[in-house]
Amino acid sequence: MARESSPALEVEDLTVAYSEQPVLWDIDLVVPTGDTMAIVGPNGAGKSTLIKAAMGLIPAVAGEVRVFGRPFAKGRGEIAYVPQRASLEWDFPTDVLDVVTMGTYGSLGWFRRPGAGERDRARAALEEVAMGAFERRPIAQLSGGQQQRVLLARALVQQAPILMLDEPFQGVDAPTERAIVAVLDRLSDEGKTVVVVHHDLQTVPEYFDSVLLLNVRAIDAGPVAEVFTEENLRLTFGGRVGVLAQIAAAESGG
Amino acid sequence: MTAELEILVIAMVTAVAAALPGAYLVLRRTAMVSDAISHAILPGIVVAFFLTEDLNSPLLLIAAAATGVLTVVLIEALIRSRLIPEDASIGIVFPALFSIGVILISRAASDVHLDTDSVLLGELAFAPFHRLTVVGVDLGPAALWSMGTILVLNVGLILLAWKELKLATVDSSLAALLGFQPVVVHYGLMTMVSVTAVGAFDAVGSILVVALMIAPPATAYLLAERLAPMVVVAAVVAAAGAALGWAFALALDVSIAGSIAAASGLLFVAAFLVAPRRGLLAQARRRQGQRLDFAVRMLVVHLFHHEGTPEASEECRVAGLHRHLGWSESWTRRVVGKAAELELVERNGEQVLPTADGRRLADDAVIGFGA
Amino acid sequence: MELFSDYTLRVVALGSGVLGAAAGALGSFAYLRRQSLVGDALSHAALPGIAVAFLLTGSKAPLTIMLGAALAGWLATLAVGLVVRRSRVPYDSALGMSLAVFFGIGLVLLTVIQKRPDAAQAGLESFLFGQAASLLREDVVAMSALGAACLLLLGLLWKEFKLLSFDSEFASSLGRSVGRLDGLFTLLLVIAVVIGLRTVGVVLMSAMVVAPAAAARQLTDRLAPMVALATAIGVFSGVTGAVLSSLIPRLPTGPTIVLVLSSVVAISLVFAPRRGLLWRWISLGRLAPSAALDPVLMHLYALAQQHPGEPDHGHGIAVLRTMSPAGVDLDQVLENLRSRGLVERVDEGLWAPTAIGRREAERHLASQNEAAS
Repeated sequence: MARESSPALEVEDLTVAYSEQPVLWDIDLVVPTGDTMAIVGPNGAGKSTLIKAAMGLIPAVAGEVRVFGRPFAKGRGEIAYVPQRASLEWDFPTDVLDVVTMGTYGSLGWFRRPGAGERDRARAALEEVAMGAFERRPIAQLSGGQQQRVLLARALVQQAPILMLDEPFQGVDAPTERAIVAVLDRLSDEGKTVVVVHHDLQTVPEYFDSVLLLNVRAIDAGPVAEVFTEENLRLTFGGRVGVLAQIAAAESGG
Repeated sequence: MTAELEILVIAMVTAVAAALPGAYLVLRRTAMVSDAISHAILPGIVVAFFLTEDLNSPLLLIAAAATGVLTVVLIEALIRSRLIPEDASIGIVFPALFSIGVILISRAASDVHLDTDSVLLGELAFAPFHRLTVVGVDLGPAALWSMGTILVLNVGLILLAWKELKLATVDSSLAALLGFQPVVVHYGLMTMVSVTAVGAFDAVGSILVVALMIAPPATAYLLAERLAPMVVVAAVVAAAGAALGWAFALALDVSIAGSIAAASGLLFVAAFLVAPRRGLLAQARRRQGQRLDFAVRMLVVHLFHHEGTPEASEECRVAGLHRHLGWSESWTRRVVGKAAELELVERNGEQVLPTADGRRLADDAVIGFGA
Repeated sequence: MELFSDYTLRVVALGSGVLGAAAGALGSFAYLRRQSLVGDALSHAALPGIAVAFLLTGSKAPLTIMLGAALAGWLATLAVGLVVRRSRVPYDSALGMSLAVFFGIGLVLLTVIQKRPDAAQAGLESFLFGQAASLLREDVVAMSALGAACLLLLGLLWKEFKLLSFDSEFASSLGRSVGRLDGLFTLLLVIAVVIGLRTVGVVLMSAMVVAPAAAARQLTDRLAPMVALATAIGVFSGVTGAVLSSLIPRLPTGPTIVLVLSSVVAISLVFAPRRGLLWRWISLGRLAPSAALDPVLMHLYALAQQHPGEPDHGHGIAVLRTMSPAGVDLDQVLENLRSRGLVERVDEGLWAPTAIGRREAERHLASQNEAAS
């Protein structure tokens, strides 16, 4: 089947612009199946934009996205998306279990209601992120790390082979970070493909198999050991990298 | 002056008086507060009217100003409690106050010349008939005097507090740090809005005060880049809208206030379409010109990017280009032609390759990287 | 009760109840989407539609009028969307402009109608101010049918609207067309507003949409109960208002309904368990912000200044304890500050000032500087 031999995600010539100002230029990217990839780059480099454009959430001026060899429109059901938690209105009247259950809406179609089966799947996802005890908690009372874990559970419930996460480690506490990493490890063991917009250079070699260095254009992409070099980091961050990058470069044998 | 001309002058004075505080409301993104205040002042006016039995008494203005400020205080109290968001707070407070006003009117007096119709709608046509007579001398329509005074007050206050208003509107935390008391500015503005609203309701009614406070400044917002020009343009547009509406209403014998509101809206639509930089037409023209330039840049970067790679021969052929870039064939040919004209690319048989200039352009466009 | 044997009262009460239900239910979603004032705009913008409907058909049949009103309201929302998308005019200004300009056009048309020989436009004006007493059976039948249709559609599309209101991006990622759902929601809201115009009039419609939702939100933390409560509060206010207005002379129906509604809002704001003001006062000992600014807030602000650009960087209670005098109950103070919107818990045991808290601290500093100079 075409599916097995195709990489999970292929992006070709993706270009996004806001009123003629390019935000993403001509991005080519191949994410092999089963890979855990980080997208790093300075602020404004287009990292979130890349994920959103790849998901069709914002319009692209040019380019194509293929999911397991099929056009994106056919393959969108294979991708689960975890947005930045700051982009949501957390004062909404609902509880944790309900938010996670929203992840099942995609498979339910227009008029069906989520039933016991959907809620059980939601509970299982909550257990995975160590939030099982918070089922009935109103989401307005959650801390940042808890919010992040809830959003992750919502994506897990979709049981999609590909996950795209936007800055999941931003501003979370240590237990949450550990929980997320544990989930990423498990997903990797199961052969799922994960793409993560990541802001912390120091943890890239530890958490990820491969990395895309992005600054409006794709600077380089590939296995961490090969690509995460001081030279590339300097190109990406424009010389403002400093100590962190040197550590990272040293760790990856730069 | 004939009655018609008097109406025209009153209308223009009212429009300008309203547009001035309106400019700040629009900039501060609190435009709907004008809607709230112009309705919520009703109970204040009614109470003052019961006390004085005189529609032209200055007590009405004071009562309206006080009620207007009260409205804002209530709205903000709701917001600060963190129980109700901002837009909902507005939508709850003003109908309640307005209801109190309507009930007061219904209950207390049916012989009063103050009925809901005139509060909401006003009728400029009657304005010339209420004259201001001082020691037996007819000084003109009362409305002209009251709105004129309000206009002068508004202009004076804005000139006096120009710096403070500007800073408080643009950056209130900086204003606080510099000791400019944005809170005082804020309530001062709300008082101005209330006084203007009550002064105008006799002539144009409360709902149309909203039109005058928002439409001309919004029009000016599309035409001016700095604050001072914007305020001036708002005043000019307001006067123009008043004149246009007046002419239309007189010609067709329809509601003057409604025509003024409609005319103000029309002027906004005109600016929306043809404003020199921000109008739709200007945007479209700019986009057209930029499209070709942008496409040329995209083409060059794309070629540069794929130069020397295994897919180069595939990607850089004219036939393959339009597929990869998602362009139509004719557009692709046009872009390639323009790029060649600018000597950024050169044709090599079926291939299109960047020139040295082209490579430099691509490199400058974004951070370059080694092949 | 012999009250309800009065035919007029029955009709008015039923109409008001239907209005309350539709407005309350749909208003809940408008409230959550921060679109509370759209009801206000829609009701004003409906006027030209009513006038045109009459001019074109010569009929004042409720369905004709409501159709005209709905179309005009719909056009107004399209206009607002267009202006916001294609220019830098902010949303609230676009809303206010379309509200007032459409209404002005409506007034012009009304005066045109006024001059016609068949000057039966007195009926049309009842839309402006609400004349519930003039409601006829046929009006209420139309209202009930439309109201029921709205509620039915709301029920069918419940999870879609919930998703749309909470996280429209996620809805997009699942493949739902956000544009179409938004359009459908607006349509339902337009219908709900149009149903109520005859009863409460243009100005007061805003409250019918917003207030039940606001009151209900204080009483529950879940969506279904909130919408149910809002619907119930809407019905209750509608019927009670109608009854009161028929019992007490010279008390117009529309404003009475709104006052009943506002009282319900006030009561729930004060007495709601856990969120209510009385509760806060009892458990935290303070209701309104006090004049002197809390030193703990200033400490947090000072700590936050050491991490510029990281508004979410929290500091633990232990740190605050070293900075505060002994005997201060930090947990209570922090909870109080949190309820006043001045600080937030960024994670377990970690606190940071909110944007409002930062501004308060800056203001306090500024006034201190001024006093010193």
